[in-house]
Formats: sequence, structure tokens, C-alpha cells
Amino acid sequence: MGKRTIVPFGPQHPVLPEPVHLDLVIEDEKVVEAIPSIGFIHRGLEKLVEKKEYTELVYVIERICGICSFGHGWGYCHAVEGLMNIEVPERAEYLRTIWHELSRIHSHILWLGLLADGFGFESLFMHCWRLRERVLDLFEKTTGGRVIFSVCKVGGVRKDVDKETLDEMVGVLRKMEIELKELTNTFMDDYSVKSRLVGIGVLSKEDAIELCAVGPMARASGVDLDIRLTGNGIYDKLGFAPCIETAGDCYARCAVRIREIYQSIDMIEEAVKTIPEGDIAVPVKGNAPKGEFITRLEQPRGECFYYAKGADSKFLERMRVRTPTNMNIPAMVKILQGCDLADVPMLFLTIDPCISCAER
Amino acid sequence: MSYVTKSPWIIHYDGSSCNGCDIEVLACLTPMYDVERFGIINTGNPKHADIFLVTGSVNEQSIKVVKQIYDQMPEPKVVVAVGICASSGGIFKECYNVLGGIDMVVPVDVYVPGCAARPEAIIDGVVKGLGVLAEKRAAMDKKPAAAAKAEAKEGA
Ligand code: SF4
Repeated sequence: MGKRTIVPFGPQHPVLPEPVHLDLVIEDEKVVEAIPSIGFIHRGLEKLVEKKEYTELVYVIERICGICSFGHGWGYCHAVEGLMNIEVPERAEYLRTIWHELSRIHSHILWLGLLADGFGFESLFMHCWRLRERVLDLFEKTTGGRVIFSVCKVGGVRKDVDKETLDEMVGVLRKMEIELKELTNTFMDDYSVKSRLVGIGVLSKEDAIELCAVGPMARASGVDLDIRLTGNGIYDKLGFAPCIETAGDCYARCAVRIREIYQSIDMIEEAVKTIPEGDIAVPVKGNAPKGEFITRLEQPRGECFYYAKGADSKFLERMRVRTPTNMNIPAMVKILQGCDLADVPMLFLTIDPCISCAER
Repeated sequence: MSYVTKSPWIIHYDGSSCNGCDIEVLACLTPMYDVERFGIINTGNPKHADIFLVTGSVNEQSIKVVKQIYDQMPEPKVVVAVGICASSGGIFKECYNVLGGIDMVVPVDVYVPGCAARPEAIIDGVVKGLGVLAEKRAAMDKKPAAAAKAEAKEGA
């Protein structure tokens, strides 16, 4: 038995795009325990409900996170619409779903790149990010923004997308798919990549349930948990079925996300085929009534809760978001126990951490 | 870009941003914008860096880290504030845990506007930073000479 040492990891660290701090208790290169400490990016934006009207707050909520910003905007709007009993036009729901799935594609490709960087495959990282730019171009064309869009508003969406652009979008995605296949084959079949992923950081199904893991993290351990199944948006019309793997290791988490990218492309194509004509928003007037509303949304990183409490005024009384990364941190601490020190950055990345979501 | 005579190395730190600007900073380094072709490299070590890119505003926790990184960087150094969060606090200005822009902690040389700042704007900011870097360098070269002169005068 060796001596125990504590190795600090972060907050400023080359593999971390965001600051987080881990104290790693190690014994002979093996991690015995990982103690996370967070709070570097806490802004306290939920408190802004007192200063911004509910129609304006959507800009703030979108900026919880720049990667899944569309989803946050949608979740918030949905919560307020539920509170005020607003029926959103169907075309708006379709457009929201399309944008949300595009965000998922962009988020997962981004993650694949970061993972490649995490295990030291730099050119793979570059190729992933090169492909991701195509998705950002689609966003820019349809919404005007690359990472922050502000197209979702209470009552619908702000911009319509015409038929040609939607068809073009599908064309671009299908073309991208061919190139993406080459990349994902590297993740799935390459000998050296596999040696870094297979059997590393196993999270059993029981642990995943016990520790309340969400999103791809839970699905890779065989837990059938996807909020899209509950039929928010128009997912029930798109023939959606969650991607599940059972191994629970890094390879399985990678596989789940890769399959979800292709699935999202299929769903976007289906949505574009069936999108109805009509209005894209209903006018919203008056105060947010007394009452509360909770809604859930499947973000790229997992299940996300939105809670809105009205107080019969232009300002909400309380707005709360429970983000997926918060729920995955206990699972991450679990898989870090007993791993090699050299695997820490990669294991940390496989939960797809979004610290700015987690701390808000 | 023929006037780039020095390839600066940058270090990036996220004060308390929403990630939007961070991924745009990373996007600058990847093939679409590819600043590496000018020899601009993102390093994780403050002692290797010439330019400090900060995204997001500062809060009680990150204030120390920003200061530490800045202090560790060798002279001459340039600070580029990326995004309105880093410039002034932006949309989070009124939040209880946000103190304000980066210029509250370290002197900022270039402000890059935008929420999120576009990669083109960030690259432009870095290139502007290069100009500042050259000026600071020239000032450093002059200083010892001027100091020596003053000393010589005093002696006489
Ligand atoms: S400037 Fe905007 S996009 Fe950039 S970190 Fe701040 S809120 Fe996010």
C-alpha cells in the first residue's frame, strides 16, 4: 500500500474548457476518492426574475449555457406557457423541435471532439469541430446566431423558416452524415481509441439509478430514461425510440451519443416532411397568473426541469432550473473511484459536463 | 496578415461565462477559422502565454484565479476581454454574484463586443492585441535605457 497524496485538478486546466476543481486522493497512481468543488461560474441568474419581466427573462435563461441555449429557452417558455395556459401553434412546436435536435447534433459533435482531445487524438478533435461548423451555419441561416439564438419566445417562435431552407437543411445534414460516418467509425472501431474507452469507468445499472444519473450517462448503463418519450414537443409524431446501451463504460456512453446524432438527423428529416403551415406565435398579453408549473425537457446532456411560479404580475415569483450536469456529478465521482490518474480527464469528460449549466 | 511578426500564444480562462463565448474561442482554433496557421497556440500554462483571453465576468471565486493567472504571465502581456460579460458584466450585471467586467481585476487592453462574440471578432481582438503587445515591448526596451540615463544623471 502506497502513501496517499492529494492532487488538485483545475480550476484552470488544459482539458477543461470550464473551471471546476477536483481534489483527487491518489494512492500509487490510482484514484481512491475524488472530491469536486464548484462555484467558479455561479452567477445567480435565477434571482433575475425579480428584475426582468417574464417575456424578457427568456434571454437570461438562454444564457444559462451557450451549448444547449435553445433547449433552455424552450423549457422556460414551455413552463410559462403552461402557467398562463397558452396554446402554442403547431408549426412553432415543429420549428422548436427541429432547432432543439440541431442543438443536440451540435452538442454531441462538440463533445466527441472534446473527448478525442481528452484522450490525446488531436486531429480527430479538429475534424469533429470542423463538421460542427456546418450545423452552426444552419443555425446562423435560420436563426441569425451561431450559439445564442433568442428565437424562442413565450407563445411561439420569433422567426419562420421557409420550405426551401428547411429542405436545404436536410440536404446539408445528409451530406454531413457521410463525413460523420468516417469520424464515428474511428471512435467505434479504431484499435487505440477502443483501448482507451472499452471497460473504463463502468457505471452499473443499479448505480446509475441509485445515483440518479440522467441522459446519455444513464442510457449507456441500460436505464430507459428519455424525456422525449413523454411526448413533449412533437416527438410522439416522429417515431422516437431512445438509444440504449448496456455496458455502462466510456465506450457505451460514446456509442449512445453517436447513435443519437444519426437519430436526430432522421427526426429532423421527418419533421421537415410533415411540418404544417400556419402561424408561428400567438400574442401574449397580461400578467403571469398566480400558480406554478413544472415541465421537463430532454437536453443533450439529459433530463432538465423547469419550474415557474407566478404571482399575478409581470414578474415571476420564482424560476428554477435543475440541470442535468448536477445530477451526473455523483455518478462521475463514483466512476472516478479506482481509476488511473491518467484517465481522470477523459472520465470527467464522458459525463459531458456543462459547468455553467450546473452552477448557473 | 503579412504584418504578423510574432506568433502569440494565448491562454484562455472562463471567468463566469455561459459557455457561448468559450466555444467560440475554441472554434477560432479549429479548422474553420484556424488561427494555428499563424502560429497562435492555445496553451494551458500561463508562463508560456502572451495574450490572456478572458470570457465571462468575475465573481467572488474566480477573481483570485484570474488574478493569479495574470500575475504568472511574463511581461509584456495583453489582456483581451471576450464578450460583453467580460467587458461589463453584460446580461448578468445585476446578478448578486457578478462583480462586473474583467477590468475590475486586471487591466484590459482590448474589448471584444458581442454576445456571443463571433470568432471573426475574437480573431480581430487578438490581432489588435498584437499591436498592443508590440507597443509594450518597445516601451520595455526603452525603459531600462531611460532608467540608466536617469541614474547616470543622478550620479553626475
Ligand atoms: S457575452 Fe453572452 S455568450 Fe458570451 S459568455 Fe456572456 S452571456 Fe455568454
